[in-house]
Amino acid sequence: MIQGSLHVAIATRSFRRYSTYTAATLAGIFTNCVFGAINALVLIAVWKQNPDAGGYDVRDAVTYVWLGQAMIMTVAMWGGGSPTDLATRIKTGDVALDFYRPVGILGWYLAADVGRAAFHLVSRGLAPTVVGAVLFDLRYPAGPLVWVAFFVSVLLALLVSFAIRFLVAMSAFWILDDQGTQVLMSAAAVFFSGLTVPLVLFPGWFGVLARALPWASYLQAPADLWLGKDQGWALLGVLALQAVWSVLLLAGCRLLLGVAERKVVVQGG
Amino acid sequence: MVEALTRYVQISALWVRASRAYPVSWWMLVIGGFLITGVEFVGIWILFQNIDNLGGFSLHEVAFLYGGSGVAFAIADLLVGRIERLGQMIRLGKLDQMLVRPVPLLVQVCADEFALRRLSRVAQAGLVLGWACTYVDWTPSRVLLTVLMLVAATVIFTAVFVALACIQFWTIDSAEVANAFTYGGNTVTSYPLTVFPSEVLKAMTFVLPLAFVNWYPSLYVLGREDPLGYPAWTQWLSPVVAAALVAVTMLVWRTGVRQYRSTGS
Repeated sequence: MIQGSLHVAIATRSFRRYSTYTAATLAGIFTNCVFGAINALVLIAVWKQNPDAGGYDVRDAVTYVWLGQAMIMTVAMWGGGSPTDLATRIKTGDVALDFYRPVGILGWYLAADVGRAAFHLVSRGLAPTVVGAVLFDLRYPAGPLVWVAFFVSVLLALLVSFAIRFLVAMSAFWILDDQGTQVLMSAAAVFFSGLTVPLVLFPGWFGVLARALPWASYLQAPADLWLGKDQGWALLGVLALQAVWSVLLLAGCRLLLGVAERKVVVQGG
Repeated sequence: MVEALTRYVQISALWVRASRAYPVSWWMLVIGGFLITGVEFVGIWILFQNIDNLGGFSLHEVAFLYGGSGVAFAIADLLVGRIERLGQMIRLGKLDQMLVRPVPLLVQVCADEFALRRLSRVAQAGLVLGWACTYVDWTPSRVLLTVLMLVAATVIFTAVFVALACIQFWTIDSAEVANAFTYGGNTVTSYPLTVFPSEVLKAMTFVLPLAFVNWYPSLYVLGREDPLGYPAWTQWLSPVVAAALVAVTMLVWRTGVRQYRSTGS
């Protein structure tokens, strides 16, 4: 119980920390809107040529673009969030103090990232979606069940993304500088999440593979739920795949953290 | 000018040496830089698996636009891209340190944390451009205009990077606004501008003239009609636009530096 309220406290403080930078948030929303408009116009041109590409209609495609802009910061597709703080603390050696505390590192950083994501959802997620809805004709979830499924999917997306970013940050334990792994992770995340191009357009087996990878959780999975592409058992299947990935990856984090704990050498030691 | 360039090279060389401290990470950054823009073009290729033309342009023609804009943007980013950290330099007081050193401020800001690994992005866009060039019906004047285009486009992106970063002299947290025009400009010019409403094309001709990065010269090189029907000489105008932008940028930079009053806290 005490642990639970502690994590809530960490999350709320993290939320407040990110909400401090109003100018940066507004600037970011502006950029999301510009990219949303560019990508929406490109996809409109694509769907004009091929009106049912990938099983989407043009309205689905445009909605997908704006959902993509909304998810960029919410699930931290390019990286960042609390694992970045961890990477910095590994590099400086401060992480030794984290290991020493009577609170689990993974839970601490996860709580902080949930707080961050909540702030980004209501700012960088909501605002571009509203702008997109004003500028374009979007599709909305059909009924409360779809809304619930969508938000569960976003939460699972955050868990998967957090675990991957946490693993990347921990690479600093071994190679001292995490920038390289970080960039490779961003490239994979941006492409295989479906941010570059919707995964439904990927040809053949490549598309099947992309949709089975953990990054599909970031955007393609929640977007398909929002658009009502998956219903009934298929809906549960999408959520189950996301849940499996988040459990596996978080278990991987815990395992690697244990290995790292035995490896940490504080400066001078 | 020569002195400024020498200093730029000296500071850059320092950072290149420093970056060798973490070789594994450095190589991953090189490969990652290549992939991060590489997937964009793979994305365009995937689009073309579902359609046969985009805004009336084939994959080879889009590759020419993408490569032209990409090479110029990547070189500009390599040379002056660090200036987008201006707000951070102001906040950390780094800019104040730079102001008292006997090296031009712009040189110090742009050469700060110079990353040679960004050449991998130039290489990636260069490969796409090279591939697209094999499909162009070359004439001497088309070769000349392609070269002019790449030089002018690099200068245009460099100027846009510097001019928009200057907003951070006034609001230090606004780096992302500039991104919308720099990275956004690169993205827009990677596609045929016929994809966008004609108002966008006009804004990119008369307001923020990014259409001169590659659109107008490419129409000539690819032998395409101008959808807006502008006279043919507009296709040769990029170097003039680049020169004008540099003049405006110098003015903005000087105004920014002159009114800079440090952070105060």
